[in-house]
Amino acid sequence: MVTEPAPLARAERAWPIDLLKRVAVTALVLAVLWAFWEGYRWLWMQTGWTRPFVVDELTMPPLADIVSRLWEPLAEGQPPLIRDLLDKSAFTAREAGFGFALGAVVGFAIGVLLHHSRLLRRGFLPYVVASQTIPILAVAPMVVIWGGSIGLPVWARVGVISAFLTFFPVTINTIKGLDSADPRALELMRSYAASPWKVLWKVKFPASLPFVFAALKVSATASVVGAIIGELPSSIQDGLGGAILNFNQYYSLDPSALWATNIVAAALGIAFFGVVVLAERLVVRTAPEHVA
Amino acid sequence: MSAAHTNAAAVTIAGVTKTFQKGGTTALQEIDLELQPGEFVSLIGPSGCGKSTLLRVIGDLVQPTEGTVHVGGKTAHQARLDRDYGMVFQEAVLYDWRTVAKNIALPLELAGWDRRRRAERVKEMVELVELAGFESHHPWELSGGMQMRVAIARALSFDPKLLLMDEPFGALDEMTRERLNLELLRIWEASGSTVVFVTHSITEAVFLSTRVVVMSPRPGRIAGLVEIDLPQPRSADMRQEPRFFELATELRELLRGRVADQIQVEGVH
Repeated sequence: MVTEPAPLARAERAWPIDLLKRVAVTALVLAVLWAFWEGYRWLWMQTGWTRPFVVDELTMPPLADIVSRLWEPLAEGQPPLIRDLLDKSAFTAREAGFGFALGAVVGFAIGVLLHHSRLLRRGFLPYVVASQTIPILAVAPMVVIWGGSIGLPVWARVGVISAFLTFFPVTINTIKGLDSADPRALELMRSYAASPWKVLWKVKFPASLPFVFAALKVSATASVVGAIIGELPSSIQDGLGGAILNFNQYYSLDPSALWATNIVAAALGIAFFGVVVLAERLVVRTAPEHVA
Repeated sequence: MSAAHTNAAAVTIAGVTKTFQKGGTTALQEIDLELQPGEFVSLIGPSGCGKSTLLRVIGDLVQPTEGTVHVGGKTAHQARLDRDYGMVFQEAVLYDWRTVAKNIALPLELAGWDRRRRAERVKEMVELVELAGFESHHPWELSGGMQMRVAIARALSFDPKLLLMDEPFGALDEMTRERLNLELLRIWEASGSTVVFVTHSITEAVFLSTRVVVMSPRPGRIAGLVEIDLPQPRSADMRQEPRFFELATELRELLRGRVADQIQVEGVH
């Protein structure tokens, strides 16, 4: 009665080819996007089409300019822009990382609480939902002032703002994930006289992981957005939000700088997403057909 | 039927009635039954006769509306808290994220066994159900029959006094089922525990049991008790013996008679 671990073995044998394929696909997609951008520019500029918008150096700088802008200094005698943006990314990453972690922990805790009490769920869930309808810009000044009054460093205050955005998907999916545990598995745990804490930890929590990780992926990118937006009303200059605000004001003189900053911000978001995907691979062990 | 004291019986069911709130259906009506230690008792009946409900009442997973259940002299509730029950359902209900060894060890973890004792016990159980070499496999890498053997090993791992099985082989093919029937008997003899086994297969009930409880539906009642006097230990050949067929026929008639009565009663209304 031998079962087939064949798919695993095959995947292991083929990994260098698999990696090569992935790199090739990524390169191809980038090339196509690049060609599309430049093709669009060329066509609209040649024909002089004005819809949906006029294409010129200001609205769509050449991609080559945007990328090469990264290696040019911000002003005479300063280090290249990329150095500055990487420093700012590090600052924003710290805010976003703190916000992500805080949001994940608080979101999970609220999810566990609301899972266990129907009454609490009915009473509190509307407010959890309502919290997400408030624009983050409206909350930011209060958080910055409150955080300051209890001595939180600036980056942590922005992190709290970011957490405001990231806890929500985690809460919703934690509730759904904990509810998804097989009722027969729970009956079995009852027959072992397992405490509610053990049931949560040994059955419900592992069952919820695929759901929780789906939420964490959403939260990972949202935490970067939250951190960047959180910097704006607090007029923090050390992060990507500050840089974006700054380059916004100089857009007509130096459009490539803002585009370049956007690319760096996107890369930061992708990096956060990638870390969660990696963690999921390491942590979640379910039957292959269950992996969404 | 037995002169034994209540607290000596493996299971004592007294006047158990179960009415479900939804639709007010009576799943069980005034069930009285006593099981002796070491017995292998099958509950058989058509679907809807309350046999699964009765099993869950014994296991304190469903509360009876009236009546009491005692297990080894304790209330069913106390017996559950003392971890006297090993349960096996129709599906194996293994935990996907745990290996075979860790699935078997789960009840031991809950009972607070230390790592070394757990490992020893898992090794014994894996050998008992003949799954040596598959300890580090995940459930989805096993066939249905192997998964069921893991579930049985898990149920027996903490040496429960009472093994409650709800159609454990119902989802398996005939060949696997007959092989696992033999294995179950071997395990039952080795462990010495009392088994309550729900099935809707007449031949399975005859082959496995020392006694069969025939139930009739709506409301769920005991239609008859049949002692299975086939010699122990059972062997595959016994399925072809005349006595086997006599007992199967007796069960079949009890089942059919009660169903016929039911139809008649309903027809009169």
